[in-house]
Amino acid sequence: MSQKGFKAIQERPERLAPGHRMCAGCGGTIAVRNVLKALHPGDKAVVGNATGCLEVSTFTYPYTAYEDSYIHNAFENAGATLAGVETAYNALKKKGKIKDNYKFITFGGDGGTYDIGFQSLSGAMERGHDMVYVCYDNGAYMNTGIQRSSATPQYADTTTTPVGKNSNGKPQSRKDLAAIMASHNIPYVGQTTFIGNMMDLYNKAEKAIYTQGPAFLNIMAPCPRGWRYDAPEIVNICKMAVETCYWPLFEVIEGKWHLSYKPKNKLPLEEFLKLQGRFKHLFKPENADLLAAFQAEVDKRWEELLEKCE
Amino acid sequence: MAIKERMSGNEAVAYAMKQINPDVMPAFPITPSTELPQFVASYIANGEMDTEFIPVESEHSAMSAAIGAEAAGARTMTATSSAGMALMWEMLYVAASNRLPIALALVNRALSGPLNINCEHSDSMGARDAGWIQIYAEDNQEAYDNFIQAYRIAEHKDVMLPIMICQDGFIISHGVENIELLEDEKVKEFVGEYNPAHYLLNENETMAVGPYAVTSYGMESKRAHAQAMMNAKQVILDVAAEYEKISGRKYGFFEEYCLEDAEYAIVAIGSACGTAKDAIDALRAKGMKVGLLKVRVFRPFPGAEMAEALKNCKAIAIMDRCESYSANGGPLAAELSAALFKAKSQAEVLKIVYGLNGRDFTVADAAKLYEDLADIAANGNHETEEYRYIGLRE
Repeated sequence: MSQKGFKAIQERPERLAPGHRMCAGCGGTIAVRNVLKALHPGDKAVVGNATGCLEVSTFTYPYTAYEDSYIHNAFENAGATLAGVETAYNALKKKGKIKDNYKFITFGGDGGTYDIGFQSLSGAMERGHDMVYVCYDNGAYMNTGIQRSSATPQYADTTTTPVGKNSNGKPQSRKDLAAIMASHNIPYVGQTTFIGNMMDLYNKAEKAIYTQGPAFLNIMAPCPRGWRYDAPEIVNICKMAVETCYWPLFEVIEGKWHLSYKPKNKLPLEEFLKLQGRFKHLFKPENADLLAAFQAEVDKRWEELLEKCE
Repeated sequence: MAIKERMSGNEAVAYAMKQINPDVMPAFPITPSTELPQFVASYIANGEMDTEFIPVESEHSAMSAAIGAEAAGARTMTATSSAGMALMWEMLYVAASNRLPIALALVNRALSGPLNINCEHSDSMGARDAGWIQIYAEDNQEAYDNFIQAYRIAEHKDVMLPIMICQDGFIISHGVENIELLEDEKVKEFVGEYNPAHYLLNENETMAVGPYAVTSYGMESKRAHAQAMMNAKQVILDVAAEYEKISGRKYGFFEEYCLEDAEYAIVAIGSACGTAKDAIDALRAKGMKVGLLKVRVFRPFPGAEMAEALKNCKAIAIMDRCESYSANGGPLAAELSAALFKAKSQAEVLKIVYGLNGRDFTVADAAKLYEDLADIAANGNHETEEYRYIGLRE
């Protein structure tokens, strides 16, 4: 797509209205705004949402920030809930009670997606509902106050894996949810974050929404409170996540893996970690081995990804 | 002309489901309600229904998908038992709070543990404060009739609440008895089309469901929900009166069997009432003034009406087919005792727990209970325990 064409897309009316209560510098709302921009003008949507920061800050009674119909149900069931909405659409369409086209997009944080909502997500994807599940992955339970999730990176300092005399943060490395979703043999899986003019995010959201069948989109969405950075730093953090290959950009289309971007010079992981307070302890001289171990894990996963994409 | 058939309770409710033909059914298998989604899936496979069936991966997802579908504007149903209902628990409250008139066919079964698949009311009684309407049946006929009436009650504009249509696991669900079914057209006309005022897929307006409500708003939401439950009382009676016209069968909050002049009464829910009726027939033949109050509607709770119906009784046994571990008897006994107190009843009350984990309740048990009531009425209530078990092995 030409830059001019993309500019027109960026100028589409916002479907997440301003005035919500999310933090400045939050990745969650950037994800939502840009995913919803990928809806073609004229197409209607029902937006779903797992309980989390996004829900409590964008639908605080009696205000909603959504221009589209919206449903929040609970923490662990965004997949099943939207599956129900999508099925209702099929039923009512079949009976001639609805004429317009609707798309179904649900948002969950990593806690509601990787952990407590994992079964509900897996079931919805396996059953083949025509919907998109978007995980805005900020790597911890941020709404309840920065507790570790299975998406939390190794060694991160969280309130349930606090750094202390006998602790270096989270002991385990993160679950690779995009790969698990790809193993469901669904037609589309994409992983992205906020890079440049958001073209990568837009392209993937557009494909996810307009691919027939279930689609999963994993968006790294930094959290200034949990990651401990100054709000404007988010752009740099996302860039470094990609340039260090900590957060690779890729798609899995009909089972085929495609790398979206390969850095010319893969940067050391420190370039990503040093921007965030949650990894501060890793830069103590006595923790050099932890840093090396983390780098080795990132390298291993990157190599495996390159192999899959060949 | 009504159709005369022989069916189990599950077959009867599945037949009602077929006749109503709702838009969406998410469901998950669990004994003894498993047959319901099976029958529906077969009806769909054979082109006899066009409901969209969602074979979900858990009961939590069944209720979650039901909430999504109903909020989207589709008439929705599901079915479950026991642990399945327990797994839905969180979502039962959300469904009711969102004022979604989902119909749930509940086949009552004991909650674990110990693991047991037989009849008990612990599942629905545990959910008694979830904000759902609860209607119980004595047999397959009532289970069928109640399900046909379900959407008319739940979807009424003054109500808009989910509804649980309960039947005793195995005893009713798998017991085959004679039944009278209504013609498809009659059911279709009675139940009518579902046209909600607001829904997610309304092409003319958007809607947002499931807000975060701060302290300034949440309490009003709950009070409005409570009002809907109060409103349900009249609607239940109105729908029953209309149903009588097409079926010839009369329903209310409860059934009074030989109660008018009864000195000794049993109050119970479900299939045990049929057993009690047999005992009553035998004891009445011997001249004993015994009667039964069979609770049909437990939510909303018709406490004042029940107390009025029992006002001439000298002694009343209130029977619960579940433990509530309150050390004070079961939930029906607790709530009805309170209603009797409010009505200034002077009757002796005996709280009974029976039938746990499918333990039989026999005609002999019921007859003995009436004799105990007569003894208590004559000689005073010498019960030292707060409540009594029937059928417990020594």
